[in-house]
Amino acid sequence: MTLPVYSGPVRLSLVESEDEESVRTVVRKLLADRCASEDVAAVYDGAQGLHGALWRTLAADLGLAGLLVPEEAGGAGAGPRETGTVLEELGSAVAPVPFLTSAVIATSTLVRLMPEQSADRSAVRDTLVAAASGELVLTLAVPWSAVPDSPAYTVREKPDGLHGDVTPVAGADAGTFLVPALGTDGPGLWLVDRAEVRATPVTALDMTRPLATLRLDGARARPVARGRAAEDAVRAGLLTGAGLLASEQVGLAHWCLTETVSYLTERRQFGRVVGGFQAIKHRMADLHIAVESARAAARYAAAALADDPGDAPVAVAVAASVCSEVAVRAAEECVQLHGGIGMTWEHPAHLRLKRAVADQVALGTPVRHRARLGGIVGIVPDKECR
Amino acid sequence: MNENTMRGRVTELLRAYPPATTDPAVFHRARFDAGLAWVHFPEGLGGLGISRDLQDVVDTELRSGGAPLNPAGHIGIGLGMAAPTILAFGTAEQQLRYLRPLWLGDEVWCQLFSEPGAGSDLAAVATRAVRDDGGGWVVNGQKVWTSSAHVARFAILLARTDPDVPKHRGLSYFVLDMSAPGVEVRPLRQITGEAEFNEVFLTDVRVPDTARLGEVGDGWKVANATLSSERVAIGGDQADRESGMISKVAQLWREHPGVRSAAVHDRVMERWVAAEVFRLTGARLRQRLATGAPGFEGAAMKVMFADLAQSISLLELELDPDGALQYDDWALVRPASVDFLSRGPGYRYLRAKGNSIEGGTSEVLRNIVAERVLGLPGEARVDKDVPWKKVPR
Repeated sequence: MTLPVYSGPVRLSLVESEDEESVRTVVRKLLADRCASEDVAAVYDGAQGLHGALWRTLAADLGLAGLLVPEEAGGAGAGPRETGTVLEELGSAVAPVPFLTSAVIATSTLVRLMPEQSADRSAVRDTLVAAASGELVLTLAVPWSAVPDSPAYTVREKPDGLHGDVTPVAGADAGTFLVPALGTDGPGLWLVDRAEVRATPVTALDMTRPLATLRLDGARARPVARGRAAEDAVRAGLLTGAGLLASEQVGLAHWCLTETVSYLTERRQFGRVVGGFQAIKHRMADLHIAVESARAAARYAAAALADDPGDAPVAVAVAASVCSEVAVRAAEECVQLHGGIGMTWEHPAHLRLKRAVADQVALGTPVRHRARLGGIVGIVPDKECR
Repeated sequence: MNENTMRGRVTELLRAYPPATTDPAVFHRARFDAGLAWVHFPEGLGGLGISRDLQDVVDTELRSGGAPLNPAGHIGIGLGMAAPTILAFGTAEQQLRYLRPLWLGDEVWCQLFSEPGAGSDLAAVATRAVRDDGGGWVVNGQKVWTSSAHVARFAILLARTDPDVPKHRGLSYFVLDMSAPGVEVRPLRQITGEAEFNEVFLTDVRVPDTARLGEVGDGWKVANATLSSERVAIGGDQADRESGMISKVAQLWREHPGVRSAAVHDRVMERWVAAEVFRLTGARLRQRLATGAPGFEGAAMKVMFADLAQSISLLELELDPDGALQYDDWALVRPASVDFLSRGPGYRYLRAKGNSIEGGTSEVLRNIVAERVLGLPGEARVDKDVPWKKVPR
């Protein structure tokens, strides 16, 4: 039985630093120029163009791919706070880039193995160097709905290589997969090149984050960690991912709020600006309160991941639970309050709604995060509690 | 002045008046006279005329030095509302007369704003102040929701001095002596059974013109300064995780196996998360205010707080049905200050209903957020340009 976690007043900064704000400004400007809504919508019809070009600029030119990679492996050595700020902007634009899956989740998993006596430390380092430069896209091969605990192992090590299916995997157009698998002597983590994997695209609810089913059929693989070290690394990657996904959700929710408010100040019905009706004003006030409180939760998750790892599991569960729900609510309000136009393909609201709903399921649903949180703080449905 | 010189001053005070051997009242007087009461107030009025940020340093140093706590309870309204208003609008004589005893807790203050016919629409107050022959004022009217009135020495009073102009322009603001003839205080029994508030009846009460704060007809401006001071205070102290009402629910869950079920678990955790998010939102707001970022976010925090308190207290009743059917005590008591946690769950539920009404209803506060933060159009104000006496009521 885990004992309750108590803590006093909030000591970590929840306010964006000047550095974070300057990163935000650069990313925002680039996305305004290079990530138009109609181009994002085109990915639903199979367009590939935006993906590659936009990602190359973000990853290589701006150096975002190496944000979480230590300087000794060619990265920027920045932290979760800066990463959260970037994700707010990417979420706001629903940018179809593998930043979260590659530069955040897979990278955090590998970074965790840097100082360890891993099975192949140079493979870890070389992979991180390639990822930091933006040349190599990585993906952790777990179902996108996985909760930040040890994943269920659907891949096994056999004498001729790795075998098994993983589905649905986000960011499956990666060059290298990090595959958690059950080895002959327990759990482990392997690096697998794309050529060794059969990736079958899945038609996703949110096509801006493509999904695929991975099949490994005797895939040749390099082991990078075994046992506890492998499990810890995967858990760290997923915890970082879930905690920072909250920032993406806040960015998305904030876009929905401001677009809706701006529409409501222009749209007239019954001879009045629609935003002047009190029923609408109160909904917008409540949504503003929800978005700003979600922002505080997301900032705290990023801050804890950066500076208070002991409190990170609580911070992440809180942020994942609340930010998921706020993003969906904001997107739903955005569609509803835009009226008929909110239901059209040409209006970008649908891109946010699809992303918000997929994000709510990704990396653990709110209910599952709250169930985990109950375990951490000693509020469990078990009769043996305490 | 920097943090170190400030620490030095506190150390000096603690050396001259060792808390262990000094009468608390003597210590408080010495602290006030040393300018360490509220450092942002002027010298001679309990302060040093410096930035408010350094008050934290003073409070922390005093606490670790074992200094007696600032008198709490009844003096909250004086500290949070009367003092900043007197500082901003009072004459030098008024400041000298009122601020020291107010801070020392020797004189309790209350606030005579709300009326039965003017709650959310505060500018509609009907209590009249009419000039008497000697240039003073005669006040008649009825006020309501006045906490501490039964122990108050002075009140801040909003009254109508000109019924012939629109409502916002005909008000004036006074300091009222609660011991003056014609002031009658009656306990107002509430939904909880207690009388935390009072009704105050004013019948031909004489107020000298020297007790006016601000110009005649400028009362609305003065009252707004008071109310914005109140909203700053609503941010409150930094709370610990799982403190406040959620602590009662968590305790119930941990200590009473009978309340635990898988079905209700997620609802408990939802409230736990909401309480934690409220705490984080308050922390972020305070951190932003410290950097000088503006905002009307106090209104948003108060809406959040009311929703949270009401949903947690209702869940607490549902968790323990047998307990919920009982009430701790219906006796009419007149408490010094509200304490949610020391009473039973039924009290908590009933008292929390007031959270979305007192200090601005959640409906009015949502309008404030929508209009001032989001920039949506204002509500129709049909009485804005109509002389007060011609508005139907």
